[in-house]
Amino acid sequence: MAPTARPTVAQPLSPHLQIYRWTWTMAMSVLHRVTGTALYGGTALVAIWLVALASGPAAYAWVGWFFGSWIGRIVLFGYTWILMHHMLGGLRHFVWDFGVGLDRSTRMNLSRGTLIGSVILTLVIWAAALILR
Amino acid sequence: MAQFSLPKNSQVREGKSWPAPAGAKNLQTFRIYRWNPDDGANPRIDTYQVDRDDCGPMVLDALLWIKNRIDSTLVFRRSCREGICGSCAMNIEGQNTLACTMGIDECKSPDNALPILTRKDKDGAIRIYPLPHMPVLKDLVPDLTNFFAQHAAIEPWLQTETPAPEKEWRQTPEDRARLDGLYECILCACCTTSCPSYWWNGDRFLGPAALLQAYRWLIDSRDENTGERLDGLHDPFRLYRCHTIMNCANTCPKNLNPAKAIAEIKKMMVEREV
Repeated sequence: MAPTARPTVAQPLSPHLQIYRWTWTMAMSVLHRVTGTALYGGTALVAIWLVALASGPAAYAWVGWFFGSWIGRIVLFGYTWILMHHMLGGLRHFVWDFGVGLDRSTRMNLSRGTLIGSVILTLVIWAAALILR
Repeated sequence: MAQFSLPKNSQVREGKSWPAPAGAKNLQTFRIYRWNPDDGANPRIDTYQVDRDDCGPMVLDALLWIKNRIDSTLVFRRSCREGICGSCAMNIEGQNTLACTMGIDECKSPDNALPILTRKDKDGAIRIYPLPHMPVLKDLVPDLTNFFAQHAAIEPWLQTETPAPEKEWRQTPEDRARLDGLYECILCACCTTSCPSYWWNGDRFLGPAALLQAYRWLIDSRDENTGERLDGLHDPFRLYRCHTIMNCANTCPKNLNPAKAIAEIKKMMVEREV
């Protein structure tokens, strides 16, 4: 390949994230990563609960009190949504891995569906939990 | 780790605001990225007013109008003005496309943007930048050396073992039809430079354009080097940095689908293992 003429000063890098218009598929890809990382914290919540369960009534009562408090419930509600969003995102990628659902309208609908579906599932789970307890 | 912000020498400053053409009634504002290697200054955004009554309908018409009537120092690539050469690829209103096939009236109303994350501008200006996350040579002209080197790396030509036939390599109409949606690629680099994965790993990830071409040769019924082509792509970066973000398919000015081509390559990788 012919060498390109190099300018005498350092070439700037053209703007990217700063200017690129967000698309649904791009936003849901980012959110899939963010929720995936946040699940480390969610798994820690499950671990804390299990450790407390094994440690005896006093520890379990304390953890039960925390998860039942307002802050605890907000944390658990967030964890539910994060888990649902990451699960649906995983399913979306699973579908795409078969080479289907990649055309313009389907990929948009799958991406929107991930967000809408995760919110609906979260609300259903919490409604069921509050009714059944 | 990916660097999300721009290096110091790349941060964009406010530039010159050029006076509106005298007597024009129907004005459209353009805010255009400028960088000149000769003055050593940071890139800047210049503001121009284009007389729509005197200018053609496409963004490329407006750029040429600016270059002819206002500022002859504005630099951009263009050639065919009909979407087949791929020279005038640039970022218009936040999406990579060809200036020659994008209408001035059309670039404000994208069909796949995410409304809540799309910046609402008050001035109605059309913003034009070079292709994203590329070294800039001047103004809207990016350095595509790496992009073309990656295209060369996938060896985009017919490779065969059997002796060449007397006349031509024959192919059934069905086999030929499998190349539809692939051979039309004009290598404008819109897709590759729209890919965040390419932004962060462009030195090792081949990017959507090169991979679409790789697939074009992988499924060509006449090509006999499929196994070695797949071996060349079997790499955590070259192929598998694709995370199905699908900016490539959203942005392609020829309406091709590199994301699907890449998904098919990944399938071929699995299928030859089982």
